[in-house]
Amino acid sequence: MSITDLTLYQQAILLLAGLILLTSFLMLGQTRLLRLIVIFAIQGCLLAAATALAAGVLAYPHLYISAILTLILKGIVIPMLLYRLTHRMGLHRHMDTIDHPTLGMMGGIGLVVFSYYVSLPVVATSTLVTLNAIAVSLSVVLISMLLMINRRQAVAHVVGFMSIENGLFFAAVVSTYGMPMVVELGVAFDVLVAAVVFGVFFFQIRASIDSLNVDRLNTLHETEK
Amino acid sequence: MTAVYLILTTPLIGMILLAFRGDRPSAGAVNAWLNLLAFAEALWLAGDVFRHGPRLSPDRLLLIDPFNVYLVVLTTFVGLTTSLFSRAYMEHEREIGRVTSRRLRLYYAMYQGFMLTMYLVLTTNNMGVLWVAMEGATLATVLLVSLYRTPESVEAAWKYFILCGVGIAQALFGTVLLYFAAEQKLGIGGDGLLWTVLHENAAVLDPAILALAFVFLLVGYGTKIGLVPLHNWLPDAHSEGPTPMSAILSGLLLNDALYAVVRCKMLVDGSLGTHMAGTLMMGFGLLSFLVAALLLHRQTDIKRLFSYSSIEHMGLMTFAFGVGSPWATFAALFHMTTHSLTKSAIFVTVGHASQLAGTQRMERIRGLILTQPTIGWGLLIGTVAIAGFPPFGVFASEFLVLVATMRDYPWLTPLLLLGIGLAFAGLFRHLQSMVYGDVPEGQKPIPVKLWPVMLHLVIVLWLGLSIPGFLGDWFNQATQLISGALPQ
Repeated sequence: MSITDLTLYQQAILLLAGLILLTSFLMLGQTRLLRLIVIFAIQGCLLAAATALAAGVLAYPHLYISAILTLILKGIVIPMLLYRLTHRMGLHRHMDTIDHPTLGMMGGIGLVVFSYYVSLPVVATSTLVTLNAIAVSLSVVLISMLLMINRRQAVAHVVGFMSIENGLFFAAVVSTYGMPMVVELGVAFDVLVAAVVFGVFFFQIRASIDSLNVDRLNTLHETEK
Repeated sequence: MTAVYLILTTPLIGMILLAFRGDRPSAGAVNAWLNLLAFAEALWLAGDVFRHGPRLSPDRLLLIDPFNVYLVVLTTFVGLTTSLFSRAYMEHEREIGRVTSRRLRLYYAMYQGFMLTMYLVLTTNNMGVLWVAMEGATLATVLLVSLYRTPESVEAAWKYFILCGVGIAQALFGTVLLYFAAEQKLGIGGDGLLWTVLHENAAVLDPAILALAFVFLLVGYGTKIGLVPLHNWLPDAHSEGPTPMSAILSGLLLNDALYAVVRCKMLVDGSLGTHMAGTLMMGFGLLSFLVAALLLHRQTDIKRLFSYSSIEHMGLMTFAFGVGSPWATFAALFHMTTHSLTKSAIFVTVGHASQLAGTQRMERIRGLILTQPTIGWGLLIGTVAIAGFPPFGVFASEFLVLVATMRDYPWLTPLLLLGIGLAFAGLFRHLQSMVYGDVPEGQKPIPVKLWPVMLHLVIVLWLGLSIPGFLGDWFNQATQLISGALPQ
């Protein structure tokens, strides 16, 4: 099936999927914390746009609620929270070091290929759009995990953590037209609480190791030395 | 069904109440009373299910069947006895100035919050809500792990938060895939995540998608069970947090995460008609079992020691559920009960022992039987029970697992025996000198209430000697539900 055979809605969703994947790669390569947070906010907005589009075209009004929730939480509140915390902790000029940036990028590409490979069983059962959505969301999840592995700063870890949820929401919206409302609300609540807990942790971590470089959290070992 | 609603609202009210009043001297008692209430409600519920069979709430969001009803009773019971212990424990911690009144409020509120999420995990019929509650359990406990605000505890909590958060995100992906598979066959709507609907229609769901979903669900919830190689957070969180937390984490959280995996397995088995899910669980379980048994030997911290023992037992249960025959399932259910009771009892004694010695390092915990015989004997008997000595219940359940394995996978029994032997040796090489040996200077007896421990151990002993009729009946019904047949 070629892309011109798809409906406009499906093409738009594919475009958004591509953009979301792009933001994931941008995050993977971004060393400045503030820019990282901004890209994360953009990803949240793209996700909200995808949800709103699905709600409008497919006529699932409950998705509008989900879109608004996503926009407020992922696009505005959580990035704002992180932005402020970063400023307050004096990390806004901070450059995070990334070991082997090229390898990281290639790893990201490898993960995308892997995601498409894993999603192959879905092809047999569904359309091109669903396949792309599932593969892209899995890629976003895995790339965010790679980001978390690759970074030292607690803030970057939180962005990665939240970006994982973005990927999952994208899969939920595009392949299944959103989860049941009770689940969506529950997940949104969890994400919000997690964001607050993360904020608390920043202060605890800084109080205990005098920085947010979590590499220094290394006193506990599998076995005693 | 009223009992279920009561069980869910009791901790909710308790959480709100204790969030404001949790620093009062009476807070520990309030916490215990709330748990007693929940326990009474659970007994009521159990009686109800015993008489009338499985129940589904009118909006189909809550489900009680033989599989989860006994876990609800177990959860409320362990929650109750641990809250009794935590009252004395937290008072002592407050006296020595390790916790402030604000943190005490946090502690009691989150204790109830944790119980709430556990009840929700067990009683919900919606796979999505199950995920939400499981993530909620992480959020409720993560601040408790860092309660003492030492660098180690903050590190442990961070590790716990990140690893479990990322891990369980995989489970959400699995849930989305599950919903995707359901929607294709059942049409769009809110029913696609209801466990009852999914289970009824398992045969028509797309096997390829379900197999993919199960991998993600197993990895996700497996992180919470503490399966190797995703177990890293568990010993840290258990050793650095307050001890009552370790007791309920080991005794309840791990069980409930395993419960989630088994529910998923039931779906996937119905769709695939192969043993793929079981094989995966067997592999992960056996690996966890053996690795944890080996790592037991290298621990120096008493709470880390017993958290590795938890990983080992959870591995064994995962393995047994993976084998999947009626006998193995029965054994796994039984082992869930005995392990939960024994392990929470052990953590209570361990908590007292480390308060007595003023440290968690085993090389400095010595001569417990001479200083305070109740703690010494409690630890000794508890460890004897958990290591699988007859006549305790753990022996009976481990024996059943072995018998079931011998029937289906005889070549795996030597590995199991090896693991049990290793774990036994690992526990006893440390226990001997802690319980006997010379008393170090400056140990003063502390006020303890060990009757909850004794109660647990007596029940475990009782279960080892004979399974009461109603419990056997539950186990039988649950086994039939999970594996489709009764143990012959």
